[in-house]
Amino acid sequence: MSAYTETAHHGPATGWTRWILTTNHKDIGTLYLVFSLIMLFIGGSMAFVIRAELFQPGLQLVVPEFFNQMTTMHGLIMVFGAVMPAFVGLANWQVPLMIGAPDMALPRMNNLSFWILPFAFAMLISTLFMPGGAPDFGWTFYAPLSTTYAPPSVTFFIFAIHLMGMSSIMGAINIIVTIFNMRAPGMKLMDMPLFVWTWLITAFLLIAVMPVLAAVVTMMLMDIHFGTSFFNAAGGGDPVLFQHVFWFFAHPEVYIMVLPAFGVVSQIVPTFARKPLFGYQSMVYATIAIAVLSFIVWAHHMFTVGMPLAGELFFMYTTMLIAVPTGVKVFNWISTMFRGSMTFETPMLFAIAFIVLFTIGGLSGLMLAIAPADFQYHDTYFVVAHFHYVLVPGSVFGILAGVYYWLPKWCGKMYDEKLGQWHFWLSFIGVNLTFFPMHFVGLAGMPRRIPDYALQFADFNMLTSLGAFLFGTTQLLFVYIIVKTVRSGKPAEQLPWEGAKGLEWTVPTPAPYHTFSTPPVLGEK
Amino acid sequence: MRRLLHLFCLALVFIPGPLLALEFNMPKGVTDTSQSIFGLHMTIFYICLAIAIIVFGVMFWSIFHHRKSKGATAAQFHGSVLIEIVWTIIPLIILVLIAIPSTITLVDMYDAGESDIDIQVTGHQWKWHYKYIGEDVDFFSILNTSREEIENRKKKNPNYLLEVDNALVVPINQKIRFLFTSNDVIHAWWVPELAIKKDAIPGFINESWTRINEPGTYRGQCAELCGKHHAFMPIEVKAVPEAEYLAWLDEQKAAKQARAASAEQDWSMDDLMTAGAIVYEKNCAVCHQADGSGMPPAFPPLNGSTIVQGDKAGHIEIVVHGRLEKGMPAFDEQLSAVDIAAVITYERNSWDNQTGDIVTPAEIQALMEKE
Amino acid sequence: MKRWLKPSTPTGLMLIVVLMFGFGFMLVPLYDVFCEITGLNGKTQGPYQGEVNAAQTENQRTVTIQFVANRNDNLPWRFAPEQEEIQLQIGERKQTTFRVSNTYDQAVVAQAIPSVSPARAADYLNKVECFCFQRQPLEAGQAKDFPLVFFIDPDLPADISKLTLSYTLFDITNPASARTH
Repeated sequence: MSAYTETAHHGPATGWTRWILTTNHKDIGTLYLVFSLIMLFIGGSMAFVIRAELFQPGLQLVVPEFFNQMTTMHGLIMVFGAVMPAFVGLANWQVPLMIGAPDMALPRMNNLSFWILPFAFAMLISTLFMPGGAPDFGWTFYAPLSTTYAPPSVTFFIFAIHLMGMSSIMGAINIIVTIFNMRAPGMKLMDMPLFVWTWLITAFLLIAVMPVLAAVVTMMLMDIHFGTSFFNAAGGGDPVLFQHVFWFFAHPEVYIMVLPAFGVVSQIVPTFARKPLFGYQSMVYATIAIAVLSFIVWAHHMFTVGMPLAGELFFMYTTMLIAVPTGVKVFNWISTMFRGSMTFETPMLFAIAFIVLFTIGGLSGLMLAIAPADFQYHDTYFVVAHFHYVLVPGSVFGILAGVYYWLPKWCGKMYDEKLGQWHFWLSFIGVNLTFFPMHFVGLAGMPRRIPDYALQFADFNMLTSLGAFLFGTTQLLFVYIIVKTVRSGKPAEQLPWEGAKGLEWTVPTPAPYHTFSTPPVLGEK
Repeated sequence: MRRLLHLFCLALVFIPGPLLALEFNMPKGVTDTSQSIFGLHMTIFYICLAIAIIVFGVMFWSIFHHRKSKGATAAQFHGSVLIEIVWTIIPLIILVLIAIPSTITLVDMYDAGESDIDIQVTGHQWKWHYKYIGEDVDFFSILNTSREEIENRKKKNPNYLLEVDNALVVPINQKIRFLFTSNDVIHAWWVPELAIKKDAIPGFINESWTRINEPGTYRGQCAELCGKHHAFMPIEVKAVPEAEYLAWLDEQKAAKQARAASAEQDWSMDDLMTAGAIVYEKNCAVCHQADGSGMPPAFPPLNGSTIVQGDKAGHIEIVVHGRLEKGMPAFDEQLSAVDIAAVITYERNSWDNQTGDIVTPAEIQALMEKE
Repeated sequence: MKRWLKPSTPTGLMLIVVLMFGFGFMLVPLYDVFCEITGLNGKTQGPYQGEVNAAQTENQRTVTIQFVANRNDNLPWRFAPEQEEIQLQIGERKQTTFRVSNTYDQAVVAQAIPSVSPARAADYLNKVECFCFQRQPLEAGQAKDFPLVFFIDPDLPADISKLTLSYTLFDITNPASARTH
């Protein structure tokens, strides 16, 4: 490792300006991850309000209009503030390390794309204190509830969305450019680790659909302030058009939030099974297939708007098809475990829970794809259960797994394994206690986004709320574990995980401020 | 920590009791469509269950047997084209098998054949309006649960939040065609037992149909977020034998005439105040609040309002014809003359408003007939 | 460093971003075309342009057409069809009227938006004379009759025996006035 001695003295700047002005991929990765953790707690506290109100039937704590603001802001903050930035943070740390690049290709843009975010979210959250309150039309902001009937703060919401979109687009461009141009000499695309692959595909999805989101909120802005009628039936527009354009963005968005988690799990499972990933190529092709299919399934979110029969059938069939590549991925992970030599440290536990619970979310997704049955499921808690299963034990567990997995390399210290296991098991119980009963209340007829409900849903809702409180408070333990590791963790070894392979593990522990200033030489393949 | 875990396990032991009494599943419903949807739902569920058992079975078997602590050594195989093809093809076949019955059910739901009864359903913030096309019968259907129950000041009744003042009455064994539209934002009309869920979109109409096999009362809710009282606009459908339905229709027509007649009668202050309090709670309190305090800036207070305490004519004008630019709806076609007179009298003599004015139904009737 | 940074990649990606932003707006006309082809959402075309062939009306099957009149946001107008239901032969030309009156104490401009259900019948309902998509100003208290002349295309799919034409009146006096609701 003599290559690093020359760069070791070239460390980070000191003081707070380090974080404002940094163009270092590791610093920016850390900023993204810390930011998303803060957003997780802000969005989580809103979920706390929601679950506290739903603990019992009747209106106890909040008025319905505030409840709607909570559900809307919870969704927006979790999607755009917690999950997406967390994955960009992981990409910032890991993509250069995994492909042997010294930094991201566009470091100044990297700095900018992060520092837009705090302003965007400050603006979004400030709407809570504006007259008329924060956006209250759901994270899907269907017109005309979000245009003609919206609170005045909707303009700030639109501007905040624009900023978040810009940040995501810049982040995505940076990742693609880095992957295309800065791989270590000799590393072909099909040699890249799967995390890099899934992020490459995610980044393409991002630059394809974030502009469409920008377009749809721009149209909203024009409808509200400049008298156009894109979505206003009064002037010959069509509110259903909004839903089509929105879901054209939002369905790929769903995969944006889960594909990188597929990548993380595909790194972790082979490490702890001490066995190469099964079906690397089919994993890559399956990911591409999922990404391509994501553009032609959007209207399955709108089976009840009154589409013609042909449209319903088309979107039903394409949606069902997505089960095939997704299934291939699950089968490959399990085959990787099969006849391995497994150990179950915290990252592996989260990865296994990801596979199991994401599959449950995927299967309920298959049920939702069946258009006639969707007439019963649509807009109920069954849907809420489905997408929380793919987003919480899916995306969020993927992120947690990744953090535990790479943390020793990042900070050179080992987390407390015992506490990590506690964190996992409490999260696992909490997540299932929260989201599993939602399937039942949904099937029994409880619509989503309601602050008060009929009596037959009471017991399951109480259970869900208890689970949510458990899951939420458990994440404080995660913060404690991270802080404890960084401050007083035991020094980590050069290779913290016995079975870990890849360029990121060849750098010293902790990873120095500058790595791969000289491109690594790849071993024989 | 450990103690918490014990408490938690203890809690789990006690939960199953009440769980047994709960509804876990989609209702089978009372129409052929709802039953075939239920069948589809269960079929897919069992298929998913089977897939889950096989996939997780293999996974947990490896987890138990192929662990390092048991001395397992890792094999080094990393792919097989044949296996990849097999597990692409098998799911495809399963999907085709699911797609066939789904398609059949869907085609049936889109049947546009002759119907016996046509009902227009219009979503309003936050109530439903039903109009029997060709029958001159139409009415609003509003939540009938009292504020005391919602605010936990009174015990909740079994139909809490699922009860309305005027239920939709329909005959059994007849094809009913519903036309959905909306007055403001998008709503969705959903009755699980009928397996109908359709969006009501402003400016557009959607349709759906049903043929109910069994008499009974079927309850549902608005399923599309439509603003702050989205949770409080339930649906109640009473399916009755045809003779009973026809009798009900006649009754509705007679009641309409009776309402017109009662406007001609003399109403005392007390009667108007009593009637007005009920009308106010159902139609006005959502925005102007039960104590008349409103929710400024969107909804002005009525308590102490210059309009309410001022000239009668101005107050009547606003209630009858609305205030277009402020979002105050016109009530001339939503409420009867008696209701309008009662609610205006109530507003002018409640809280700090003590004008002592009586607005008579005859006055309102005269104004509405002038048009 | 130069080796790692080819300016072409970011430029190309920015181009995709700009194109996709444009594509978002392109979806609006695309959607209209899509609606026209599939009759999605029951959108109907403007006034019928082609010839009305009287010969086609002989011995055709009879269908029912219903008229529904709605006022968005409780617009303080009266608005009702002269007849709620008409039975007619397909191909046959019919006239009916909608009665409107402004009961508000001020002048209001409204616009009627049509919609047909079942949606796939929209393409076969031809309006020779229609009042939709036009500014309709009415003074306070003014009343008016809106005429509608239409016929149903003989190619109407055989399984459709009843269709509904709905008009919804929207207030367009101040187009960009978002309500604080």
